Amino acid sequence: MKQDIILAGVGGQGIISIAYVIASAALEEGLEVKQAEVHGMSQRGGAVQSHLRLSQAHIWSDLIPRGEADLVLSVEPLEALRYLDYLRPDGMIIASRAPFVNIQDYPDVETLLNRIRKIPRHLIIDSEKLAKEAGSSRTQNMVMLGAAAGRLIVREENLTRFIKVLFERHGETIVASNLKAFALGQAVAAAADFVPASGAREGKGGG
Amino acid sequence: MKPEILLGDEAVALGAIQAGLSAGYSYPGTPASEIMEYLIKAATKTKAFVASWSVNEKVAYEEALGVSFAGKRALVSMKHVGLNVAADPFMNSALTNAHGGLVVVPADDPGMHSSQNEQDSRFYADFANIPCFEPSNHQEAYEMTRQAFDVSEKFGVPVMIRLVTRLSHSRSTVRPREPRGQNELKHGASQDWTLLPVNARRRFRAVLDNQAAMVRLSEESEFNSLRLNDKDRSLGVIASGIAFNYVQENLRDLENPPSVLKVCTYPLPGKLIRGLVEHVDNVLVVEEGYPLIERSLRGLFGIAGKTVKGKLSGDIPLTGELSPETVRPALGLKPLESLDLGGFKLAARPPQLCVGCPHADTFQALNKALKEYHQGNVFSDIGCYTLGAYPPYQAVQTCVCMGASVSMAKGGAEAGIHPSIAVIGDSTFGHSGLTPLLEAAAADTNMTVFILDNGTVAMTGGQPSYASGERLLRMIEGLGVVKEHIRVIEPLPKNLDKNAQVIKEEIDHHGLSVIVAVRECLEEAKKRRRGG
Ligand code: SF4
Repeated sequence: MKQDIILAGVGGQGIISIAYVIASAALEEGLEVKQAEVHGMSQRGGAVQSHLRLSQAHIWSDLIPRGEADLVLSVEPLEALRYLDYLRPDGMIIASRAPFVNIQDYPDVETLLNRIRKIPRHLIIDSEKLAKEAGSSRTQNMVMLGAAAGRLIVREENLTRFIKVLFERHGETIVASNLKAFALGQAVAAAADFVPASGAREGKGGG
Repeated sequence: MKPEILLGDEAVALGAIQAGLSAGYSYPGTPASEIMEYLIKAATKTKAFVASWSVNEKVAYEEALGVSFAGKRALVSMKHVGLNVAADPFMNSALTNAHGGLVVVPADDPGMHSSQNEQDSRFYADFANIPCFEPSNHQEAYEMTRQAFDVSEKFGVPVMIRLVTRLSHSRSTVRPREPRGQNELKHGASQDWTLLPVNARRRFRAVLDNQAAMVRLSEESEFNSLRLNDKDRSLGVIASGIAFNYVQENLRDLENPPSVLKVCTYPLPGKLIRGLVEHVDNVLVVEEGYPLIERSLRGLFGIAGKTVKGKLSGDIPLTGELSPETVRPALGLKPLESLDLGGFKLAARPPQLCVGCPHADTFQALNKALKEYHQGNVFSDIGCYTLGAYPPYQAVQTCVCMGASVSMAKGGAEAGIHPSIAVIGDSTFGHSGLTPLLEAAAADTNMTVFILDNGTVAMTGGQPSYASGERLLRMIEGLGVVKEHIRVIEPLPKNLDKNAQVIKEEIDHHGLSVIVAVRECLEEAKKRRRGG
């Protein structure tokens, strides 16, 4: 049993928090974990990614080989496409539809979403709307984690447990809104399913 | 003890603490910063040892050397180019008979994720004739650091742990062992530590005489391993450090795996290398960084009757960071099948200044003032403000090394550039800007120096700055800059015209001016509001 995940987004969007929660859950379940992340210059509003590898067997490389990722999970639609060549042909992509526009040549969002829709197994989530519903637009990363939860090889109760650990020091309100964000993402993803190729559908909260 | 998920940097820090560390020093720099962050957190909690940010890497190294002189264990960490700054104490400390273990940890940045070059620190270890460990994973980073202190105390030399970004900033499981205590205070012997020629010659001889023993240690190290394939002798791979993982990752796709030698210690384990080379027809060397092993193997004339492949032969890319896929062709493997964009163009998203960053306002005022001059140049330095090179500002034309803005502006001015402007942050100024400013003040060079005082080392995550606030102003005056030409501005949108006016006045002043732009980094302000 193994799973290779590329987490994508823009510096400051909380990719490392997603990675922390999944990696901690995996360790709890006795899996091996490697997680390569980006610090330093790119964190200033640049494209960032994290390679997260979970496995029962020994993991050699900290980087996922191109063509081996099972999942690209992105908090941003442009960034979702940046790592497509890491995805195996039957891999899936779960992307937010909320653009983070901080460059002058940011493409037309519909064009981006249409490109994502061409990937046989995709799910597009309106993380912005769901995060607001959860009480804070800063919880988009947890919406996306929730949307991916059912497809991860770690148990959902371990994910929520480490969401609590992660946000504990920020107080109860913040823990609650992040848990709610996670649950909303989960619900939307559960209502959708990955039918390969022609039948690909999107979540209700998405589209 | 319980396993923990740690960054490679943190695994080194934990290894050092549990090896009986008495003090750690560093200057912030990606990808090494998290070593000291971890040490500081632990030291704050236990109060058992010293951990502190230094004003620059040279100072950090010398502080660590003082601890070693006192018989106690010290660690000094920095990004790879930081070792250039500390090269003077580093090279000389190889001769000082360290008797408290001294471990130096440079973190290299192959691929230049956050750096201006991709120099390979293993060459420094070779240059100084000291042992070097190159971990391939987190557990090794932990174990090697513990062992490095013993090796240092055994041979009386500093020992290097060479990290690379991909290990520094990757998290994985570490299983710690029982910690041990610190050394007692024990003063160094002056004949070992006073590098007058008479002592230095003797000490150099002693270090050279130890080389054979260091090689033996390397040959017996549990971190190296040789696996020979007796059925197929066509290919043998030598893989070092993290590159070993990229080879291993691909082996399952090979029906007939090559013989593999894993090398993670230096000086090179000659016996093991001979064992592999004699067994096979062709040798492939895979190493992260410059081709150190490959060059030693080839020498000038190569190995008679065998081919040596690697970076120099073009089988492995000579620049950039390795990955599982970059080593596949050299192993005779095709790329894995994957999805791709099929011609769909993606806009790049380079890093940029935070929205509302004080530097943005400084650059706007500077650009506005400079419109009236034609031949000027802005020499920049290392920090968030280097991002002023990108649109929409395009306000700076150089970035070379810490402190170079001030010295280059002086050289530029002396070559006839006007206005000749330096832009440097408060922490970088404290690191390496004081000495060139002292010189410019003495010569009253016709140049303008901007010191951007945001009160922190922002790019690396907000470490404390020594040259900030009132102290910074007193320092500038103390260096001999004329008081009327030390101007303070507050970089805010509403002050744009006023600030541009101040800049013009100082450019028109024939002589040295220093403009201090004071406004707190937004990230720091945020942190402060959150109460931590
Ligand atoms: S971290 Fe601070 S100094 Fe750096 S870009 Fe952001 S606001 Fe500016």
